[in-house]
Amino acid sequence: MGSISFSHVDKIFGPQGSGVKALDNINLDIADREFVAIVGPSGCGKTTCLRMVAGFEAASAGEVKVNGKTVTAPGPDRAVVFQQFALFPWKTVRENIDLGLRNKNLPLAERDGLISSALKLMSLESHADAFPHQLSGGMQQRVAIARAYVLDPEVLLMDEPFGALDAQTRVVMQEELVRLARRNPRTVLFITHAVEEAVYLADRVAIMTRRPGRIKEVLDIRSIREAEGWDRHPKIEDVMDLESFVHLRTHIWKTLREEKDFQHV
Amino acid sequence: MNGQALPLKESMLLGLLSLLLFLGLWTVLTVSGIVPRQFLPTPLEVASRFFQLLTSPFAGATLPTHLAASFKRYAYGVLLAAAVGVPLGLLMGWFRLLDDIVTPIFDGLRFIAPIAWVPFAALWFGTGIGGPIMIIFAGAFPPCLINAYRGARFVEPRLIEAAKMLGTNDTRMIMEVLLPAAVPSIIAGLRVSAGLGWQSLVGAELIVAAAGVGFMMVQAQGSVQTATVMTGMIAIGIVGMIIDVLLRQGEGWLRRRRGLEA
Ligand SMILES: Nc1ncnc2c1ncn2[C@@H]1O[C@H](COP(=O)(O)OP(=O)(O)OP(=O)(O)O)[C@@H](O)[C@H]1O
Ligand SMILES: [Mg+2]
Repeated sequence: MGSISFSHVDKIFGPQGSGVKALDNINLDIADREFVAIVGPSGCGKTTCLRMVAGFEAASAGEVKVNGKTVTAPGPDRAVVFQQFALFPWKTVRENIDLGLRNKNLPLAERDGLISSALKLMSLESHADAFPHQLSGGMQQRVAIARAYVLDPEVLLMDEPFGALDAQTRVVMQEELVRLARRNPRTVLFITHAVEEAVYLADRVAIMTRRPGRIKEVLDIRSIREAEGWDRHPKIEDVMDLESFVHLRTHIWKTLREEKDFQHV
Repeated sequence: MNGQALPLKESMLLGLLSLLLFLGLWTVLTVSGIVPRQFLPTPLEVASRFFQLLTSPFAGATLPTHLAASFKRYAYGVLLAAAVGVPLGLLMGWFRLLDDIVTPIFDGLRFIAPIAWVPFAALWFGTGIGGPIMIIFAGAFPPCLINAYRGARFVEPRLIEAAKMLGTNDTRMIMEVLLPAAVPSIIAGLRVSAGLGWQSLVGAELIVAAAGVGFMMVQAQGSVQTATVMTGMIAIGIVGMIIDVLLRQGEGWLRRRRGLEA
């Protein structure tokens, strides 16, 4: 079980009253095992939304709930892939992935098995004993993803997890994430700048406005994906060529574009 | 100052030059009689006294024996300071309550010079090994605590968030996140501690009756042997520099291992 709900959530940074309003009346319900992507211009409050679900930030008004319970503190039921990796520099790749498993008090043999499969999934087998500073940005990002995945959390919170990857790796990871999401669906809140990525991965896409951040529109992708049979195409580029895909992408682009133009008026 | 680092060779040359200049000035002042002999011995007198003391005893022991006695007290004092200061600093960096309790007391105490503890150190711990250790401890403890505390307090918030998200408990948070993150700061603190501890040594040895460089100097002062006092000062300076160089090497090695800049 892993539903998420935002109801009438505001977030004000700085002193009450004179602070900066980052989020304004956010309402969003994410069902158990649903994959929701948030897109929006830089600084609109996407990360802030995710941090509230993670338990790192409290809402200034309204409520953020996971499984019907108000979020009060972070915990391993909501694994986070941070925008800037947040790997422990003094731990090897393996030790970084292991920490969460050790905290669960799993026996060594089980941990080893889980770590091996996570490393394999992220093509990191040959770097298990490297330190983060010895890896490229993309590899570090994959370690951060492995560290979250391996916990098998009810809710996965991903903040631009593919942002640091090169185009090829990015595609591989996106396809892999889709396979995983279909095979073993879980609740995912996924933040991205990339419109195509959002449409390709998500069941629904929420589009946010510039500051103060509001949810402007929520698009149902899943029904279209199922109706048009996107999952029959194993390759992302084939899906991206489909007319239904192009239509959604263009719609989101235009919606975001209005935001930009509005800024300039 | 333009802040540009000179090439190693040139900066070494300059260092040597200033040392020679210093010795030259000292020689001129003393040999010419501008400064009377009983106030300041000549460099040559000090040097010959230094080498003499390496083998022949003064105040009951040779210079190396005095140094060994001092170093033992010093090592105990500094190790004790690190053993108490570092864990306490880390705990204060994590538990706000402890921070709020300890900080006011600590802030008051740390401005008291180690030598001010001499009477109480003698009273509480005697003049054998306990008293001097307490004085060295008083000098070495604050930097250990402060640096461990700062290191723990200013860990990248993201790393603490990551650890919390992974379900890390307090013990593991301190041992596996705060401690390693604070290591550079702790090492820097240990360097300062080592220096201050060594500086407190002579103060500590004012009250010790049997041996040590400070003891040797106090005895020499009693019989107005300025060259012997100066020898003690130079020995303290040299050992202090060696300690610092070694710790700096250790720090550099650690930073390189971490992939930080050398
Ligand atoms: N701790 C903070 N204190 C003050 N202001 C903050 C804080 N965190 C975020 N903000 C502000 O809140 C707004 C939203 O920030 P947020 O990081 O959520 O944006 P974002 O949508 O994730 O941006 P990006 O796409 O660039 O990552 C920004 O204007 C930011 O300056
Ligand atoms: Mg962000």
